[in-house]
Amino acid sequence: MEQAFFLVLAVLSVGAALSVVIQRSPLYSAFSLIGLFACLAALYVSLQAQFLGAIQIIVYAGAIMVLFIFVIMLLNIRKDAQVLDKHRYLWVLGVPFGLVLAIEVLYTLSKVAKVSIDKPAIGDSQSIGYGLYTTYLMPFELTSILILLAIVGSVILARRDDEKEEN
Amino acid sequence: MDIALLIEWSVKIGIVFFILMTALAYIVLLERRLLGFIQMRLGPNRVGPFGLLQPLADGIKFFFKEEIIPHEADRALYILAPMVALIPALTTVAVIPFGESVTVSLWGYTREIGLYITKVDVSLLVVFALTSMGIYGIVLAGWSSNNKYSLMGGLRSSAQMISYELAMSLAVVGVVVFSGSLDLTQIVKEQMNTWGGIIPKWNILTQPIGFLLFLIAAIAETNRVPFDLPEAETELVAGFHTEYSSMKFAIFFIAEYANMVTASSMATLLFLGGWHGPFVKELPLLGPIYFTLKVLFFLVLYIWLRGTLPRFRYDQLMKFGWKFMIPVAIANVVLVAGLALLLF
Amino acid sequence: MVPLSWYLALSAVLFTIGAVGVFVKRNVISIFMCIELMLNAVNLTLIAFSSYYREISGQLFVFIVMTVAAAEAGVGLALVIAVFRNRQSLDADDANLLKL
Repeated sequence: MEQAFFLVLAVLSVGAALSVVIQRSPLYSAFSLIGLFACLAALYVSLQAQFLGAIQIIVYAGAIMVLFIFVIMLLNIRKDAQVLDKHRYLWVLGVPFGLVLAIEVLYTLSKVAKVSIDKPAIGDSQSIGYGLYTTYLMPFELTSILILLAIVGSVILARRDDEKEEN
Repeated sequence: MDIALLIEWSVKIGIVFFILMTALAYIVLLERRLLGFIQMRLGPNRVGPFGLLQPLADGIKFFFKEEIIPHEADRALYILAPMVALIPALTTVAVIPFGESVTVSLWGYTREIGLYITKVDVSLLVVFALTSMGIYGIVLAGWSSNNKYSLMGGLRSSAQMISYELAMSLAVVGVVVFSGSLDLTQIVKEQMNTWGGIIPKWNILTQPIGFLLFLIAAIAETNRVPFDLPEAETELVAGFHTEYSSMKFAIFFIAEYANMVTASSMATLLFLGGWHGPFVKELPLLGPIYFTLKVLFFLVLYIWLRGTLPRFRYDQLMKFGWKFMIPVAIANVVLVAGLALLLF
Repeated sequence: MVPLSWYLALSAVLFTIGAVGVFVKRNVISIFMCIELMLNAVNLTLIAFSSYYREISGQLFVFIVMTVAAAEAGVGLALVIAVFRNRQSLDADDANLLKL
């Protein structure tokens, strides 16, 4: 039962990931990516990480992807730029590169994947909050500084330079 | 798996779905009648007594209308959009509790039945996750119609949703801090006690600012007047659903009203003590009735606002969201956290 | 119970697809989305390990990765808008002057 559930989600997520890469229109890619995030959230729940499953949907599917789609719609990009001849070789290089990378990653992971436990750790909100405010307090505070920097940075980058336009 | 459990679940899902769909149809009628009353006219009163059969007539009419798909539209996305709008709106109901539990005896067989469809220990987060997915239906509709009004509606909607979702989540943080749980049932249980046996300990009394922020943000999230910019009929024809007709159009309407019901239920659960009221401990079946009444109060409030307030301008909306709602929400979080430190 | 290796294999496949995507895509937004895909593949590994080794740290890492991804999306999309405003193009090859 669990294995069937995993297999269905795995097939769906690999399909969605392929679709992200293959689709020509960025909007279609974005929607495939949302599908992938939903599958991953379901996998997180199956790994007893309910809190992160919900956060995955809220942050990734609900906020980050809305931002992507907002930008795609704002710039009104219907299709990718026309493929130039010099870009054809990218696929020829990219796919073998991907295969090598896949073999490498699978080999590395196969070295560590020797564990099997009947009862996984439970990632409820309590244990996550406890860890975040004790052991990992420092990284947590640093992320807040990072977010502050990101806010300032994006405001400066996306702002229209009004004074320059007047001159 | 337990057969009785399976039957219990199916029956509960069936009942809740039936009640919800009927309620949605009659909220539309209520809205039209109330708006008529506010605007000194009668509203629909011809079909059946007091117009009570009007939703049925509307439904039949929608089914038989011609279905039009614009020539240049993105067909797949165009058909997908109403479904994407409706599915999260209806799924949310699965985690909303509407009562504690009742004991049912049937043919000498007794069973305690919880008055909710499923129980998740992060149900509050699940509701937020699903409501944040609802936006994609609108965005897809706006994009796939290949119509500039629809595109504008979709764009506005995504900007509006991002802005007000932040304020809404921040407004709820106060409640979560006070009740120490992300489980809606637990949050309601925390509001059960009273001061001096009379005044209930509802969260609306302990944090009125949070309640107001949540209410405003929820109205913005459901795209209702005065925040109905995505479908502003005077400037954008009908916004994202300009090109939709027949049942697809109706599905957008159902999704909007389902979102209204969800938002009202959330306001009830988080701030108005959910299903609590007098004598609810002796008679658990009163719980859902109190819950319905409180939800109905918010729905009438929605309609009342529609009848009285003009629409925001787009820049006013953004300014209000980012320069007023979010700072106040953050201040409220700081205040509530300080109070919680002092009290507990 | 699903063995741990299945989760790891899945995340390896997803990571590779993302990496190939970064290689073959020329649209800045699409490249960006492929990077998000790779981040998510890594998240899956972390959560799988955290769950099978009964250690909550992995999930905390994921929590922080998500925050960083959100910050990154904010800055990155601001950059995309700035580049598009100046060049009227989203091709990564057109933005090769190391300035806006």
